[in-house]
Amino acid sequence: MILVYTESEEGKIKKVALEAVAYAKGIADQMGTSVAAVSINANDISELGKYGASKVLQVSNDKLGKFNAEAYADVIAQAAKNEDAKVIVITSSANSKFLAPALAVNLEAGYVPNVIGLPESTSPFKIKSNVFTNKAFALTEIKTDRKIIGLGKNSYGLKENETSATSETFSPNLDAHDFAMEIVSVDKATDKVTIADAEIVVSGGRGLKGPENWGMIEELAKTLGAATACSKPVSDMGWRPHSEHVGQTGKPVASNLYIAIGISGAIQHLAGINASKVKVVINNDPEAPFFKAADYGMVGDAFEIVPKLTEKLKEFKAQNA
Amino acid sequence: MKILVCISHVPDTTSKINFTDGNTKFDTNGVQFVINPNDEFGLTRAMWFKEKQGATVHVVNVGGPETEPTLRKALAIGADEAIRINTAATDGFSVAKQLANVAKEGSYDLVIGGRESIDYNGGMVPGMLAKLTGANFVNTCIGLEIEGDKATAIREIDGGKETLKTSLPLVIGCQKGLVQESDLRIPNMRGIMQARTKPLNVKEPIASNAETNTISFEKPAPKGAIKLVDSVDELINLLHNEAKVI
Repeated sequence: MILVYTESEEGKIKKVALEAVAYAKGIADQMGTSVAAVSINANDISELGKYGASKVLQVSNDKLGKFNAEAYADVIAQAAKNEDAKVIVITSSANSKFLAPALAVNLEAGYVPNVIGLPESTSPFKIKSNVFTNKAFALTEIKTDRKIIGLGKNSYGLKENETSATSETFSPNLDAHDFAMEIVSVDKATDKVTIADAEIVVSGGRGLKGPENWGMIEELAKTLGAATACSKPVSDMGWRPHSEHVGQTGKPVASNLYIAIGISGAIQHLAGINASKVKVVINNDPEAPFFKAADYGMVGDAFEIVPKLTEKLKEFKAQNA
Repeated sequence: MKILVCISHVPDTTSKINFTDGNTKFDTNGVQFVINPNDEFGLTRAMWFKEKQGATVHVVNVGGPETEPTLRKALAIGADEAIRINTAATDGFSVAKQLANVAKEGSYDLVIGGRESIDYNGGMVPGMLAKLTGANFVNTCIGLEIEGDKATAIREIDGGKETLKTSLPLVIGCQKGLVQESDLRIPNMRGIMQARTKPLNVKEPIASNAETNTISFEKPAPKGAIKLVDSVDELINLLHNEAKVI
């Protein structure tokens, strides 16, 4: 059995988790087995079968209402043992990366994060992942009996694989140690697309000259349903919050579309966004290194191009709605 | 309070990445090595605890003698003692086991590591170390206050942040935000001179089996040429019809 942890937020299964189910089904087909999903406090699990799960272990427990790495890792470990799963698939979300090490120690399983595709072979188990912040790939052999794979976002795709899924209640044993940490408060903007979940990211750099000029970036992002991001100097100067900094020491971006505005393209920035599928650069300096890394580019003044682009996109959206 | 900061010895962020020996080894030729940036944020916060709360700060690295200049730099920044565990850092789990052994022996109250190293991006060592030593663990930590044996930590989550109350012993996986970029310290001459005489203890590793083994590396295929466009209409057309992303 392949076990996939299908994370949810506010009861809704996340899109990255559906991709993880599709991926788990891909491995199950390679190994001649099937996929079980474990979900914690999800309201609607009907989509899991569509991507290839044939069994869903549903955990509902009020104590697990807020994410808790220790307890969630314990739940997944118990589910893995229960199903005798040899391969456990998780995503690359902040929460999955938080719980993965505890899960790995718990199951004595080798763990490879940032995986970019199906195993090259399953015996021995060899798999490719991103390393050096997207500047290279590594082929790694996992030697343990149980294996944990952290799937990189957007690296497999939402491949449908209609399977009839049965669902059963799973009640893990949790103890006081699982709840040693108290969550005092959660401060989360609910009306904004996060960089982690975004299909499109609109990012601004020093070329925008000051924080007062971010209105047009936000307007463009809103039009595209995109998350906003920024380069390192912009967050270091305090123009934008650190949480928007993307790059090697900031957040990684693996969106479908990344639009860089007034960002020259330092090597650390390019590494951090390299997993994005399509990159667009808008910059007035044709010598900016970003032009060597992007798929599409416009040379010109961002202050003229961006408002025009937003206006035309609004028209485009209206026509294609 | 005794603090242990785990230091990874990594290629500078501007390094060009190349491989040798039939793409099985990282090519260190011409590469400048530094303290892993995420670890440096942690070390800087540790200095604050040293100065404001009288903490003792030790730094530790798993690696060969070539990593000692990186540990000396941490001593020059202000750490009191350094430990080098004399074995190659192969996989995350073995590194975590070596560090857990040092953390237990030294009875540290707080162990700080970076969210991930910028070379292998494993992001697993601090969490595994916490689990192996039975300490509490906060990942993607961007704020930490300690009073007595109580700690308040702020963790970055996708789209926001979360405040947690926990107790020592504690392990954190930290990142930028725990301190600001402008708080980072460049060692001064006095610090560099002092670092020369501070203890750097070499410890032999404990027996440990690697769970994973990197077989080979490859670099991404070179990028095709960029398409330059003159108008936003053309750009929208290409993104819609060619790239199919809008």
